[in-house]
Parts: sequence; structure tokens; C-alpha cells
Amino acid sequence: MSFIESLSEYQLDALKEVGNIGSGNAATALSSLLNRKVDMKVPAVRIVGFDEMMDLVGGPDTLIVSVFLRIEGQAPGNMFFVLAPDEAESFVQEMTGIKSFSMQEPNMDEIGLSALQECGNILAGSYLSALSDFIQILLQPSVPQLHIDMAAAILTQGLIELSQASDYAIIIETIINEQDSDSAPIKGHFFLLPDPESFSKIFERLGVPE
Amino acid sequence: MEIIEKKVIRVGIADLKFAKDPDNLRTSGLGSCVGVVVYDLGKKIAGMAHVMLPDSSLSKSTDFNQHKYADTSIPLLVDQLLACGARKFALKAKLAGGAQMFSFNSNNDTLRIGKRNEEAVKQQLQQYGIPIMAEDVGGNKGRTIEFVLETGMLKIRTVNLGETEI
Repeated sequence: MSFIESLSEYQLDALKEVGNIGSGNAATALSSLLNRKVDMKVPAVRIVGFDEMMDLVGGPDTLIVSVFLRIEGQAPGNMFFVLAPDEAESFVQEMTGIKSFSMQEPNMDEIGLSALQECGNILAGSYLSALSDFIQILLQPSVPQLHIDMAAAILTQGLIELSQASDYAIIIETIINEQDSDSAPIKGHFFLLPDPESFSKIFERLGVPE
Repeated sequence: MEIIEKKVIRVGIADLKFAKDPDNLRTSGLGSCVGVVVYDLGKKIAGMAHVMLPDSSLSKSTDFNQHKYADTSIPLLVDQLLACGARKFALKAKLAGGAQMFSFNSNNDTLRIGKRNEEAVKQQLQQYGIPIMAEDVGGNKGRTIEFVLETGMLKIRTVNLGETEI
């Protein structure tokens, strides 16, 4: 049995708590960026197999928009923020006011793409700094990379380190809700994929028994 | 008229599946992973592996999934094909994937993983003396592949470039 499968409910709850603290920070950051009330929740932290992970975002060859960050520091790992293309589209439209922004066109608006990347950066960065504060481990995110391609093609690249030790990943589901807005809530997914040797460090600091 | 129902057999990530005509084999969203199909067209039998990593020596656990690594998955693929009646001399291969999805400033070797997967798969095929009839490897795009046993063609779909056949 690999280490991820052996995580207890208690440990998952600890990760979920960290998720809620992190997303609180992220919501604040996003509120000031969009100049409106934003609410974020982490409804679940789950352990899933690789195929299941792809199904969570719509299937292995579904087109996704992903912001990838490599986490460096004392507990290295990878992190993705994943949105469906239409959700990313409305997000950019809200953020930049460019109502014509479309993910369908081959030549996408540079400013829109940059806004999207920045948004992923803020969300992931806020999450990471909350985690970092909470567990007192220094975590530094790399410059974010934006990718638009098939889900499995993008996500497996972030699984390289993890997959050498396990067939499972930890998913921190995140829902972003914009208040005072008629549009449907934007549902994003965070995928936190610590390198195998980072797990014990994180849980040791969380004070949960392994 | 006889109506033959065609099934598409899905091959997951780090997975291995077999098919007989008229069924097809498909694996979706290959990035740095390599999809390799080995087939005996005369016997209408094929196997497809979705390889994630080049070498099982990378594994940090002992009871790993053998389909994840090129050096353990391809021997299984060939052995099982032969056990199902494929003829060794007739085996041929096609492969796709091995892209580099991310460009990153890091000395980390995981970056070249696509290339390493491709090399490892080719090395295994060479050891078995299986010729590679066609390939679509490298680049920075995700691919979905489907092997049509009836014709021996490998259909490759990418997000922006549409569908091709090799």
C-alpha cells in the first residue's frame, strides 16, 4: 500500500482545514482584484486514482485550462488550478471587462490569457502561503504556466514525481462563488501534488499521526 | 447482411489492453506518456500500452503497477500477445506521444520525461526485434490515439490540428 492510500480521515480533514484557510486568503485577494464579493469553499479533499482524476475534470481528452506551479522549498511538489474553458472565459470577461474574450479562437487575446495566468497565480499563491504559514514550512511557488490542452496530457506531467511512489493523488476541490452576480458559480479544482518525500514533512507539522 | 458491432476498448493511464478485430483500441490525452500498439495484422490481434515512465528502477515502492513503466509493460504486452496466438515474426508496432508539455527552467530530469519514455519504449521494441512502422512523437501537444485493427492504421487527434492517420 502506498503512502497516499494509507492517509486517514483525520489527515484528510487536516488538509481540508488548510484548504479552507488558504481559500479564505485567495477569496480576499480575488475580491480586491475583481472589486466584488467573492466566496470560496473547499467542500472536499479526496484521494483518487489517475484515471479518476481525469474524469473529475471531464475525461482524459477534455479540453481544460490549467495553471501549473512547481512548489519549491522545504516540501516540494506540484500544483494545478484547473478550470473548464467556458468558466475560464467568463472569469476573464469579468476580470478584464473584455467581453469578446473567447477560448475558441486560435489567437486568444494576450491580455485575457495573462489575466487568467495571474488569477491562477493569486489563487494558488494565497493557498500556498496559508499552507506555508500553518505548517511553518517554507514553500515557494514558481512562475505559473498556463496551458490549454487535453486534461490527461497536462495533468500527467505534474504526476511524474508522485507516480514514482503512488498510483493516487490528493485532490482539493474548490468552488469559487461570486456574489452579486447572476452567473453560475465558477467551479475550479486545485490539485495539490506533493512530492512523495514531502508528505511526512507536511503531516508531521500538521501534528497528525502518520 | 451481417452487422458487426465495433467496440472501442479504452486504455487508461498506466494501463494495458488487448483487442481482436473488429474492436479498436483507444487511449486518450497522451502528453509525456507514450501510447504504443503492437499488432499482428494477419491474426487481427493487437495490444496497446499507455506508458507513463521509462524505467521501473525509478519506482519508490516494490509492489508497483507494472503497466506504468516501459521496461515492465512492453514485455507483458508482447508475452500476452504471443500467448493469445500472435506470431512473433509478424509483430509490428506504432507509437505516439512523448511530448514535452511544459517548458521549465529547472535542472530536474522530469522535464525530459517524454523523450525518455519514447527512448525506453523503442529500446524495448528493439530487444524483441519488433519493427516500428510509424510514429508521431515529441512536440508539445496532447494526443488521443485510436488503433483500427481492421486496417492497421493509428488515428491521432490533437486539440488544434485535427485528426491524422499514420
